[in-house]
Amino acid sequence: MSQQRPIRVLIGKPGLDGHDVGAKIVSMALRDKGMEIIYTGLHSTVEQIAQIAVQEDVDVIGLSILSGAHLPIAQKLISKLKEKGASDVPVVMGGVIPKKDIPVLKQYGVAEVCPFSTPLTQVVETVSKIASTRKRN
Amino acid sequence: MAEKKEVKKYGFDWGVELKPVYKPEDLKGIEYEKEIGNPGEYPFIRGTFPLMYRSRPPLYRIYSGFLSGEDTNARLRYLFERGMPTMSIALDLPTQLGLDSDDPRAEDEVGRIGVAIDTLQDMEDVLKGIDLGKVSTNITINALAPILLSMYIAVAEKQGVGKNQINIVTQNDILKEYVVRGAWIFPPKPALRTTVDVIEYCAKEIPKASPVSVAAGHIRSSGATAAQEIGWGFAIAFAYLQTALDRGMDVDQVASFITFTFHNKLNFFEEAAKYRAARRIWAKLLKERFGAKNPRSLLLRSFGGGGMEELTMQEPLNNIIRETCVALGCILGGVQGIGLCCYDEAYTIPSPEAQLIQMRTVQILMEEANLGDVADPLGGSYYIERLTAELEKAIMAVMEDVEKAGGAVKAIENGLIQRICARGAYERQKQIDSGEKVWVGANKYASEGQEWDVKLHEYDPTIQERQIQKLNQVRKQRDNAKVKQCLQELKRAAESGSNIVPFTLEAVKAYATVGEMTGVLREVFGEFKEPAVF
Repeated sequence: MSQQRPIRVLIGKPGLDGHDVGAKIVSMALRDKGMEIIYTGLHSTVEQIAQIAVQEDVDVIGLSILSGAHLPIAQKLISKLKEKGASDVPVVMGGVIPKKDIPVLKQYGVAEVCPFSTPLTQVVETVSKIASTRKRN
Repeated sequence: MAEKKEVKKYGFDWGVELKPVYKPEDLKGIEYEKEIGNPGEYPFIRGTFPLMYRSRPPLYRIYSGFLSGEDTNARLRYLFERGMPTMSIALDLPTQLGLDSDDPRAEDEVGRIGVAIDTLQDMEDVLKGIDLGKVSTNITINALAPILLSMYIAVAEKQGVGKNQINIVTQNDILKEYVVRGAWIFPPKPALRTTVDVIEYCAKEIPKASPVSVAAGHIRSSGATAAQEIGWGFAIAFAYLQTALDRGMDVDQVASFITFTFHNKLNFFEEAAKYRAARRIWAKLLKERFGAKNPRSLLLRSFGGGGMEELTMQEPLNNIIRETCVALGCILGGVQGIGLCCYDEAYTIPSPEAQLIQMRTVQILMEEANLGDVADPLGGSYYIERLTAELEKAIMAVMEDVEKAGGAVKAIENGLIQRICARGAYERQKQIDSGEKVWVGANKYASEGQEWDVKLHEYDPTIQERQIQKLNQVRKQRDNAKVKQCLQELKRAAESGSNIVPFTLEAVKAYATVGEMTGVLREVFGEFKEPAVF
């Protein structure tokens, strides 16, 4: 395990939502735990995010969405990843996400959801756990 | 969870430790006549107007907008019928970013967090039956303030309401969009120009407008302290003011058109001190630095409110109490307007029930508890006067730092403000996680495993299709040759450096779409490329 490269995480802000405080603090928390962060910046398309995920060979994709568009965006990203042969890259979502949408997101194939007010320690734990599951595959 | 017992810290993040009690000695050096004065008198620390809320009750604003113009109009009427004194229109993200509802980039976002506006037709639907000569209106629009202002003027004209009767606030604070919120389109320089186009146009044509509301509150919510909120907010305001002065306008022509939106945290003593200190600094700087002569130029007019970052998803009804604290900070601080969050906004945009409670909160505080009967009720308190003086020093230090960094535009372009905010937000989150910052019912006294689902606003996914149909109808019915001509003239104005507002107004009246007008401006101004800063 120790000779492995650090966990590489893509943090994406898909869609038009510009509220990026959550994306930034999650990025900082993951970076402080030794992970490598690739941040897509604002107003990214699902296509761009999937493309970067493949190019950078990331272990996890983290999406932050506060606009309410999390359901369609998740569905599109997951099918885009499939299209690119990257359906093994797990997706974690955060942001303003009502509880009732969480099972729907999981059904679409989202690995885990960390809604608004999830402690950072829990976010970090979730991301490392999910990343290591993928690496064993 | 924490293993060793932490000692509670008393103080504020802008660098003051609090004593257990404040005494007469804390007022040393603060002379009433010289430093404080009466409400409505320089330096306005005790309030903007002599009688404060007896003469001008605070306007409370309920940020509303979703789906179509008709849907939004129905919600606005619901709130007006229950006593709402002013309206505040929330636009969807495609509108804020200049995309029509049929643009592929608008997919899934049409009418979601605000109302979809493609053409003047949509604005007519939003404002149907609302007398624009009688109400005041806030529109939270930044990059496209010239276009939305034009639409409002055009609807007013159709109602027979002249520009001199319109009372409109356009947020039009583009610089903070590069720090937080992210609704930018053009690079900062041309964006600054269109911001000042709106200010200049209103200063000449719409005497009751507030063409820019510097939304420093968003910066606070993204991780800034109270001192940074005011210090950076003023630095941004000075960037707009200076740009207007560079065009040959006079300070007394511009200053009274600049207003502010601030965000409160829950400690209303800190927030009241913030508004008091801010009023004094603004008055002093406008007088001493900019040489303003008209007393109106010295008045800080502020809208206070809450940021969503203080809300919890757990036990969401507790958010009503949190927002009551925010409202107290506003009223005790002497703001002109209040815009609270709704208790369900940690989940989604608010339901009508949640909006009603938000409005009732202010109505109860003002009309049942009568908290506004006496101006500056905290004035003279050993604690508040000392806190105001300390906070003023901290704000001035922030302003000096921005000036050293070359002013607000430079400090934003090189990411200085963004970095400090991101760091602040990260530290705050760590304090929440460690329990140092308490969130009752969430990180302390939490009831594990309980569900608190409240009745939430539901999105209607058929809106995009409905909106596209409406847009196509407008495109078919309008005079397309006229639209083309208006767009060409808008382009020429953008290229030549003329004020673009008269040209967006003509294009709007011809039913040009938001996307068409923005497209023309994009060609001339280019698009902003965001640097990664955290």
